[in-house]
Amino acid sequence: MNMNEIMERLNEVFRDVFDDKRLVVDEYTTADDIEDWDSLEHINLIAAVEQEFKMKFKMKEVSGMKNVGEMAEIVRERAKR
Amino acid sequence: MKELEYPFDSSWILKNRKKIRRALLEERQGRIKKRIAILGGSTTNDVAAMLELFLLNNGIEPEFYQSEYNRYWQDAVFGNPELDKFKPELIYIHTTSRNITEYTFDMKLSAEDVSSALERQYEHFTHMWKSIEKSFGCPVIQNNFEMPLYRIMGNSDASDFHGRVNFISSLNMKFYEYAQSHRDFYINDINYISACFGLEKWLEPSYWYMYKYAMNLEAIPELAFNISNIIKSVFGKNKKLLALDLDNTLWGGVIGDDGVEGIEIGKENAEAESYDEFQRYVKEHKKLGVMLAVCSKNDYENAVAGLEHPESVLSPDDFISIMANWESKDRNISAIAEELSILPESIVFADDNPAERHIVSEQLGAAAPELISPESYIRTLDRNGYFEVTSFSEDDLKRNDMYRENIQRERQRQSFENYEDYLLSLDMHAVIEDFRPVFLQRITQLTNKSNQFNLTTKRYTISEMEALSKDSRYIRLYGRLEDRFGDNGIVSVVIGEKREDALHIELWLMSCRVLKRDMELAMLDSLVKRCREEGIRYIRGYYFKTQKNAMVRELYGDFGFTKTEDNGSDTQWLLDTEDYENKNKVIKID
Repeated sequence: MNMNEIMERLNEVFRDVFDDKRLVVDEYTTADDIEDWDSLEHINLIAAVEQEFKMKFKMKEVSGMKNVGEMAEIVRERAKR
Repeated sequence: MKELEYPFDSSWILKNRKKIRRALLEERQGRIKKRIAILGGSTTNDVAAMLELFLLNNGIEPEFYQSEYNRYWQDAVFGNPELDKFKPELIYIHTTSRNITEYTFDMKLSAEDVSSALERQYEHFTHMWKSIEKSFGCPVIQNNFEMPLYRIMGNSDASDFHGRVNFISSLNMKFYEYAQSHRDFYINDINYISACFGLEKWLEPSYWYMYKYAMNLEAIPELAFNISNIIKSVFGKNKKLLALDLDNTLWGGVIGDDGVEGIEIGKENAEAESYDEFQRYVKEHKKLGVMLAVCSKNDYENAVAGLEHPESVLSPDDFISIMANWESKDRNISAIAEELSILPESIVFADDNPAERHIVSEQLGAAAPELISPESYIRTLDRNGYFEVTSFSEDDLKRNDMYRENIQRERQRQSFENYEDYLLSLDMHAVIEDFRPVFLQRITQLTNKSNQFNLTTKRYTISEMEALSKDSRYIRLYGRLEDRFGDNGIVSVVIGEKREDALHIELWLMSCRVLKRDMELAMLDSLVKRCREEGIRYIRGYYFKTQKNAMVRELYGDFGFTKTEDNGSDTQWLLDTEDYENKNKVIKID
């Protein structure tokens, strides 16, 4: 799976979780850029990404990700579909 | 909303929470508002978020208070200004096996040591429940405990008193005993639903390590759904009747084509046995006071022949109504609702045909769970919790008989030309008096169930009703009606508050099963009599409009009250009792 495809699918997940059809994320997007992205919403976001790509983040990764790019990188390594 | 009925897709609900919430809020108005406090021994954020969706879907709009992380005990025992101000109408205590503090695994402990640890743990909770009862007096929903993550002793963990599984099982039993002896206290059985969900998946510990969630995020919709079933039942939103299709729903095959001997029911093969067990499941509902009806596209003779099959568990007598004809099913269901004076939305419609389910749920708002194949019928109906039992009264036991008697009365009526002659022929007797403790359960249940003949639609919890029943500022009446066909039980409730020389009616309701029997006139006569005894001259009536109570809009006017206020929907009324004359002429008062 290439990075573009991953970013596109990630973007869809973000739109669902934050209920914003116009939301656009790129590799540099962080929690500071999205108003509703707090620590509680982060839990749902992680679960939704795991569901989308049929993979699991390691506990260390969940708190360690700095931006969407790092998230996409982990997905690229481990995604099953 | 179909997506929020069992079986639902938990991941999808979690991901689309905001969108679903928006859709639910736009979908309809007129929900009842409830303040619900969640006191958690672990993170509760998503519990509240999911619970909100399932409650909205059940016609309840919740406002939440959530205790700070793991402050459930302190909030309940010592109070908290924010919680006091919130005035919860229901408290949910979300504790799990993670909150067990008195258990230690130590093979040196004696049976007495373990049993006193158990007692200490139990007291930790009873102390809290009693504080809640004293400060808030509202219904409480308490989790029991799920099985633990590991069994250090292996299988003996269950049977040996040193084991954790043994400790949790004993503690659960103690909780159940408390529930049996306390009203308005309900157990949320997470021990059962975690097993259904899959315990290993439920307990996925990374959610605890990372977020202090005591369960897998994906299990939270299941948890919330289960709680919402208890809450909707407590607030009187249970279903009342189960309407069933016949062919491929209660038996296998099509009786019109295959004949009585050709349908699958009994023990001969797997399919027949699946229908046999489903029929047993359906029949047990009668013992809860749930009514059963048939709604089938069949000739009536064929339908009855199928139910008289020697292997059939259900017989024609089990059904309050058998609609077997070629009319469309939504029309038949609405005819059943009309005949019994219940709302179509209080009906569950069980049919294997998706097109029939669609038309009934779209046209009437009845619940129509997805029945895919006979081996899953029981699970689908059961897990949906339509008939969740939180209170059980004498009337529930007799409900089927009472509605059946109603149908006989209807036939009797048709044989009379003059309506008053018919009423006299019923030989009606009523008891109308102040509340009695044994009837409080039924009275409270009525206040939460009656929607149509209900002037103010004020709801009460059992605790509120207990307090009110002892308060001398109120005049209270319940009415019980009996006639030649049977006892209708308690069918009417009136509550008024005395203020100076007037009685202000805060509740006037009547069960629709005794409509047009002049019972409301008998109630008014008794109310006036009570007012005179207490030296109260005026009665003030209030009508608060809802989507369902149009039938009583002019009730006070018909009673001879004078309208004093009208804002277009709500009205106020006044009666001077000085020259009131009794109106009831057909019911004898015992």
